[in-house]
Amino acid sequence: MSVPSNKIQRRPFVAELLAKRGKALIVPGLGSPTWDCFAAGDSPNYLYSWGGMGLALPTALGIALAQPDRRVTCITGDGEIMMGIGSLAVVADQAPKNLSILVLDNEKFGETGRQRGLTSSRTDIAAVAKGFGIGQTMTVTEHGVVAELAKFLFETPGPVLAVAKIAVTEDPWKLPEKDGTNIAHRFRVALGLDQA
Amino acid sequence: MSSTATDWSTDVFREMKSRDIATVCTVPDGGLTQLLKMIEAERQMRLVTLSTEEEGIGIATGCWLGGSRAMIAMQSSGVGNCINALGLPSAFRAPCLMLVTMRGQWGEFNPWQVPMGQGVKPALEAVGVRCFPVDKPAEVAETFIAAADIAFNSRVSAAVLISQRVIGAKGFGQK
Repeated sequence: MSVPSNKIQRRPFVAELLAKRGKALIVPGLGSPTWDCFAAGDSPNYLYSWGGMGLALPTALGIALAQPDRRVTCITGDGEIMMGIGSLAVVADQAPKNLSILVLDNEKFGETGRQRGLTSSRTDIAAVAKGFGIGQTMTVTEHGVVAELAKFLFETPGPVLAVAKIAVTEDPWKLPEKDGTNIAHRFRVALGLDQA
Repeated sequence: MSSTATDWSTDVFREMKSRDIATVCTVPDGGLTQLLKMIEAERQMRLVTLSTEEEGIGIATGCWLGGSRAMIAMQSSGVGNCINALGLPSAFRAPCLMLVTMRGQWGEFNPWQVPMGQGVKPALEAVGVRCFPVDKPAEVAETFIAAADIAFNSRVSAAVLISQRVIGAKGFGQK
């Protein structure tokens, strides 16, 4: 179900949220969520994505299974998660306590020209997640709840999912490293898996 | 045929364990029944049931990024679902190991399986996956070893394609 007014400004919202992430590993979906994370300040704990639409959540799930003692948070868009929506059932089935999901929902395909997305009329991703068996969900419509959202995403036993209804905004391009071997290498170095 | 399936499945299972493959992602296939049972019964391994095969590509890539080994086991029809997803391990230079049981080739009964069955190898090769077809039960283990070792040691995508000749064509009681 569409919330009539999407008011949250994504860049300051994500930046404030990430400032509270602690040691969480962040898996942003391709496009704007990746630009948002980079704009908030670069980190080897961000696994930037430039492709593989629909795979942000499965990738985050794999990391969560391999790193059970680290919090893993997938931050992705409404179109990206809709493409792999069945993954919510896989996440619910595996039930990793260290995995959380934030959907930045502007109801648009932002990168391709802001065409309308499937959440713009009747689909409610938080309700879908509940139906798939994700125990706890949260929908936020105001910037003011960012501290509560951070607690939910970075501390509540997972798997949990939050939907943030964000505004359609014109943000400056903030493009991070796009060579996947570099992104993967520094991510694994930060986990102590590879030598720098 | 059932004893043969047990033999190659036991061989592959042993080689998976000796290579520390901790996670196996699957949309099941009849030909994988024995192997999937062994994985499910093994406490050191995790069987991840998928809603669609490309999720397994993401999960296996994530497992490697987090320091553990995973693979995907699927029917040939599922390969078609994975094509765009295979860009992910390729971009990250992550290992991606697939075990594919073939349909649509050796004595197929169901015409709906034939187009994808014929397209598996060219489609995988078109996106850079090394294919290791095998059509004799006794050669499945060594083929799996070759594919697993190039995947994990050279960090590339590799697929073992187990022929329908090994699995046996499903006849649905038809003559």
